Amino acid sequence: MSTVQTAEAACPACGEVVYPGEDFCEACGHRLGDSPPAPPPAAGPPARACAHCGEPAVDDEGYCGHCGLKQPAERDHLEIELPGQAAVGVSDRGRRYPRNEDYLALAACSPHLIGVVCDGVGSSPHPDAASRAAAEAGAAALRDRLAAGDDPAAATRAAALHAARAVAALAPSPADAPSCTYVSAVASPGQVTVGWVGDSRVYWVAASEPPPRDPEDTEDTSALTGSRQLTDDDSWAALMVARGALSEAEAEAHPNAHVITAWLGADADEVEPHVRTFSVDRPGTVVVCSDGLWNYLPDAAALRAAAGSPATPLDAARALVGHALEAGGRDNITVTLLPVTATNGVRP
Amino acid sequence: MTEEPRFTLGVDQNKYLPEDGTLVHAIVSVEATGAPVAAAPAAAAEVIVLDASGSMTYPESKLRSAVTAAQTAVDTLRDGVHFAIVAGANTARMVYPRDKRLVPADAEHRAAAKAALLKVQAAGGTAIGSWLRLADELFDAHQDGIRHAIVLTDGKNQHETDEELDAVLFRCAGRFVADCRGVGTDWDVAELRKVSTALLGGVDIVADPEDLVTDFRAMTEAAMGKAVADVALRVWTPQNATVRFVKQVAPAVQDLTGRRAEGGPQAGDYPLGAWGAESRDYHLCVEVPSAGVGKELRAAWVKLVVPGAAGEEERVLATANVLAAWTDDEARSTRINARVAHYTGQAELADAIQQGLQARKDGDLDAATARLGRAVQLADEAGNDPITALLRKVVDVEDAATGTVRLRRDVAKADEMSLDTRSTKTVRTRRREG
Repeated sequence: MSTVQTAEAACPACGEVVYPGEDFCEACGHRLGDSPPAPPPAAGPPARACAHCGEPAVDDEGYCGHCGLKQPAERDHLEIELPGQAAVGVSDRGRRYPRNEDYLALAACSPHLIGVVCDGVGSSPHPDAASRAAAEAGAAALRDRLAAGDDPAAATRAAALHAARAVAALAPSPADAPSCTYVSAVASPGQVTVGWVGDSRVYWVAASEPPPRDPEDTEDTSALTGSRQLTDDDSWAALMVARGALSEAEAEAHPNAHVITAWLGADADEVEPHVRTFSVDRPGTVVVCSDGLWNYLPDAAALRAAAGSPATPLDAARALVGHALEAGGRDNITVTLLPVTATNGVRP
Repeated sequence: MTEEPRFTLGVDQNKYLPEDGTLVHAIVSVEATGAPVAAAPAAAAEVIVLDASGSMTYPESKLRSAVTAAQTAVDTLRDGVHFAIVAGANTARMVYPRDKRLVPADAEHRAAAKAALLKVQAAGGTAIGSWLRLADELFDAHQDGIRHAIVLTDGKNQHETDEELDAVLFRCAGRFVADCRGVGTDWDVAELRKVSTALLGGVDIVADPEDLVTDFRAMTEAAMGKAVADVALRVWTPQNATVRFVKQVAPAVQDLTGRRAEGGPQAGDYPLGAWGAESRDYHLCVEVPSAGVGKELRAAWVKLVVPGAAGEEERVLATANVLAAWTDDEARSTRINARVAHYTGQAELADAIQQGLQARKDGDLDAATARLGRAVQLADEAGNDPITALLRKVVDVEDAATGTVRLRRDVAKADEMSLDTRSTKTVRTRRREG
């Protein structure tokens, strides 16, 4: 038996130790309340107020005794942010799925900002547990590695492998393996590093688009200028396009399009995370998201238009999720935004 | 302390509704298992009401068979069950005991009751309401146990008004359960069905008086098997929701919608009568306001409730949820639950038979052919073979699948009445496997 820690409070979202006076969890970015997290509701009154009609009549089964509405689960809609909205994230159950199987985490390790998004594989058992374990383990490992002085690319790779082990550990057997996708982004001074397994994506959305490039110039693909996608899906569609077997449109239209070819889980082959590093010399936003968002906004220009020009990063994230919900919300929707500004370290 | 069966509640439904959908259908299955046969039985009271109007002697065998059947019922009573025998004509009179009370079944009282039955004389008319009023008086002192009556008649309720009968039924509803039997073919199916429905019992035809003995024994045995009285289905619904109907759909169709009694905040109680080890199915339909795509609602919270012993709280024996979830996925919202479909068809079957037979009586042969054809089709689809067999005595079936039939010319009155009486009997579907 290990000793039981009772003196320290835990983050209600990820369970990491948090300390008095902290507004947000260092590990996952969950906003911490002024008071310690409420204990689970004990038997008997007072009942929780209904999210729909406001009556304090929610029973132990989670239904309102007045209007009957099933109360949203905590994961149905999550919003997290780092202090000062240095980075934000929103995750939503969407309109079709009975629960949210996506998860997200934010962390900061000055001067780096970290965002992780994972999407549980629907055909696996407990995909919600897989995505949460991976996102929390990945973000925590990234923070620890960066704090230890690793360069972002090495930290990104190590964190993805750490997350893979965390997910694999959930499986009682390879035949019963929770699994999920994984994508991380680290915004550092003058540099953005992404790593992924599966079909969750990172986009770069420039604050202002550069003038059209002269076709004679050779493109520096490692420099972030105009808005674009920074990851390539581990998916059947991407594989077909890469092989030249199908056009992008043909591949996307195929029923197999979204079958992923790599994932985290005890049933996965050896995990080989993709890692890419980009230089950045202008303001913009790193968008880390699950397919519940990019299905509706597949290209960076559409993403940029849907975000609009809101007052705060959190408003931008809400606008993106709102767009996917409006468009049908057929999947869980998750997005984290890492704003790159002149003040958080972009090279002038 | 009386042992009680274990009750379980199951719900079959498709909870998904389209964006603007508001009607939630569910089949609620109630099952009671492990009723104690050997254990200390529940307190029980039985009143046997025999028609002793003049027509019972045409032919003489009717009265003789009814007396023998009642004697058999007396023998079938468990020791200690309180009972009485009533003879009904223009008014009701005690056969046994002489005064208006129930006596416990034992050797002495059984022998005396059987002797008294042999002296019953048939004369006068039929006023079923007055018979039930006497039965109700007799049950007065026994309201805390199982209360069951057997009511046998051979004629129409000619010696009191419909209003008088309705008033008595209103008074007696919930006071005791009554199984009704019509002997011969001169009674009115709709009338006796009204009585049995109000008193939560069954109704059947015994065309041949010789069959009364077997039937009375079976009815009494079933009554002796009851272990819990006054079970109610409590239906809670959300604010702004309406219960459209509550129907028993197995073993027979019985509409309980109008039987709602106050059951606490936002809840109504529907009476389910007395229970032994048995299972019954109910079709519940609730109208709820749409909460919008992606939202889920508890459209009804059903509970099985029994009154507590004197001075004690009522008890909730089982609960279940009926849900509504709105989706824009048509594949989900258009799926119809198989059991809901089955019992919807069975309820329509009962209506089609009753309407078809009424049209036939009224001389509207086109309507009769259409309705009975539809009945043949529904019975065929549901695999309700007993009803199909009865239908075939009234119509010639050309094609069951399309409901193409011809009315038969010579139909025995007993066959027509059997079909009418048994039109509400349903066949079950099993709950989903696994």
